[in-house]
Amino acid sequence: MALFARTPRAPLEYSRTLWMRLWVGAVMVFLYAPLVVLMIFSFNDSKRNVVWRGFTTKYYEKALGNDQLVEALVNSLTIAALATLASLVLGTLAAVMLWRFRFPWKGAIDGTISLPIIVPEICLGVAFLMFFAAIGWPNDLVWPFNLGAITIAHITFCFPFVTMVVRSRLASFNREQEEAAKDLGASEWQVFRDVLIPHMKPALVAGALLSFTLSLDDFVITYFTSGPDTITFPVKVYSMVRFSVTPEVNAASTLLIILTVVLTFVALKAQGVKAIAETH
Amino acid sequence: MTEPAKPIIQIKNVSKRFGKVTAVDNVSLDINAGEFFVLLGPSGCGKTTLLRMIAGFELPSEGQILIDGQDMAGIPPNKRPVNMVFQSYAVFPHMSVADNVAYGLKIAGVKGGEVRDRVAEALELVKLGGFEGRMPDQMSGGQRQRVALARSLVMRPKVLLLDEPLSALDAKLRAQMQFELSELQEKVGITFVTVTHDQDEALSMACRIAVIHKGDVSQLATPSDLYEYPANRFVADFVGSVNIFEGKLTLDEPDKAAIDCPGLGKVYLNHGVTGPHGADVWVALRPEKIYLHVPGAGKAVRAAAEDAPDGHNFARGTIKGMSYLGDITLFEIELESGARIRVSRPNLSRHDQEDFTWDDKVSMHWRADSPVVLLG
Repeated sequence: MALFARTPRAPLEYSRTLWMRLWVGAVMVFLYAPLVVLMIFSFNDSKRNVVWRGFTTKYYEKALGNDQLVEALVNSLTIAALATLASLVLGTLAAVMLWRFRFPWKGAIDGTISLPIIVPEICLGVAFLMFFAAIGWPNDLVWPFNLGAITIAHITFCFPFVTMVVRSRLASFNREQEEAAKDLGASEWQVFRDVLIPHMKPALVAGALLSFTLSLDDFVITYFTSGPDTITFPVKVYSMVRFSVTPEVNAASTLLIILTVVLTFVALKAQGVKAIAETH
Repeated sequence: MTEPAKPIIQIKNVSKRFGKVTAVDNVSLDINAGEFFVLLGPSGCGKTTLLRMIAGFELPSEGQILIDGQDMAGIPPNKRPVNMVFQSYAVFPHMSVADNVAYGLKIAGVKGGEVRDRVAEALELVKLGGFEGRMPDQMSGGQRQRVALARSLVMRPKVLLLDEPLSALDAKLRAQMQFELSELQEKVGITFVTVTHDQDEALSMACRIAVIHKGDVSQLATPSDLYEYPANRFVADFVGSVNIFEGKLTLDEPDKAAIDCPGLGKVYLNHGVTGPHGADVWVALRPEKIYLHVPGAGKAVRAAAEDAPDGHNFARGTIKGMSYLGDITLFEIELESGARIRVSRPNLSRHDQEDFTWDDKVSMHWRADSPVVLLG
């Protein structure tokens, strides 16, 4: 270590110790190497996609030309957008309600709201399958109404996450700000709009990001609630993999990764990373 | 004030109970238009609850609050003609200074041009001209407080309520803000009602002070009356520093009185106290009203004899503690009776602090108009 250190290491500067650097490096490789391999092999000029046979972008053309795959992607994005919007509204209202008001059965409701996070996904999936079958949910609707069942299922497991994030943000709210606004003449609604929502904004962005990504890549629950005409991207990829892992699957996955990374990046930029970090 | 003062806030038999705890207990007081009124008391005495009831954030359990003659029962905080500066200032962090100050005006539907003029005027008033575009996180605590002040003043309220306005500032800034607040109050002519636990703050700013103790008004008086003529032991002890001794009233005539205190000795006053003869009373003596002498020469005895009969208004003791505070030196003296008394002495010259030291025998005297006799 002394070999590398120009100035003596301070007691808490662990990032400058060799073992810490090696450890962090190993963790990074473990986490991201599979993703990097996936992306590299999307350019592999080989049908079997086991050995590298040369560079090509033809599988991207193939993936984008695959109507079923594109349709699945559009379905997934539509569901994610709708579920995010609804979860944001529901989750925020639930968080504000639990934070702001006292009412009977509050503890029970508080616990029930986070239930979808705790219950195993497979159970939720089966439950939704039986529920929609039991009430005779129509599965011959036109797009986008045929996505209704999946969207409802996604909202169910997404909105508790929004509630959680927003509640933790609300815990840091200074109630005197609310009183100050009222003191200056604001009504309850104006306090909510002008003071509370700006305070919650970083949590709303974080909650929306969470919902969107959770919905986008959900497989288990979607698998149980999707009909024959409502294939989503993860379900489609799964069915493609069942035949063979072609670079086409890699290409489609790479596109999805880029899409989510860009979305996250844009949201963070729009909000200021600092504000989001403050949420936790 | 020459003309009879007109009450802007009338608090009539107001009580506030939180469950079993009585925070405010049957308080009645009038706050006059245009005065700087201070509610002073230790933490948990109910003073903030009283202020919050005026603002409308708490509802009285009993009694009535009138602002400018109008009963406030059922009127929510956003409809009351008062504004409040909060202890945490509660400046909206996501709005610029100008937007913060303009917020109330916009809610009230004031037009754009007038909003700009009034915001600029209010910011000028609190010496924040040119800070319009700043965000609150780019400002110091003192500046944020000025924003909160401007935000309230811009509404031109009938009464401005301030909750512990100076508690978060450092000592120098606090002293400066005390002057500025008084100046500001005179300039705008709005009634200020301030809550504080700091007696210096209360004494320096207030026209009148209500000392609150256990939810009740202990005394309502001007700062100097409060200090020089405390009504009871709590006020005497809470406002300023004081020595209190128990004694029996032995003489009580219109122009003189005497109390025999086992702890302090015989105390003589050049005015009557109108208490029952032989009653148990308390004598309060401020540390700065006691003169220290080196013993032996009989100076203390002679000085005391100037306005009191022989054997009264002097005591002897030993210095057991000293703290040099720069402008004054504070002595803790053990009297011959074993009781302790605090005496302060101004350091009028640079070498004054060398006059006395630990374990010195000293004698002391006080004038016949200095002790205060307390019946409760």
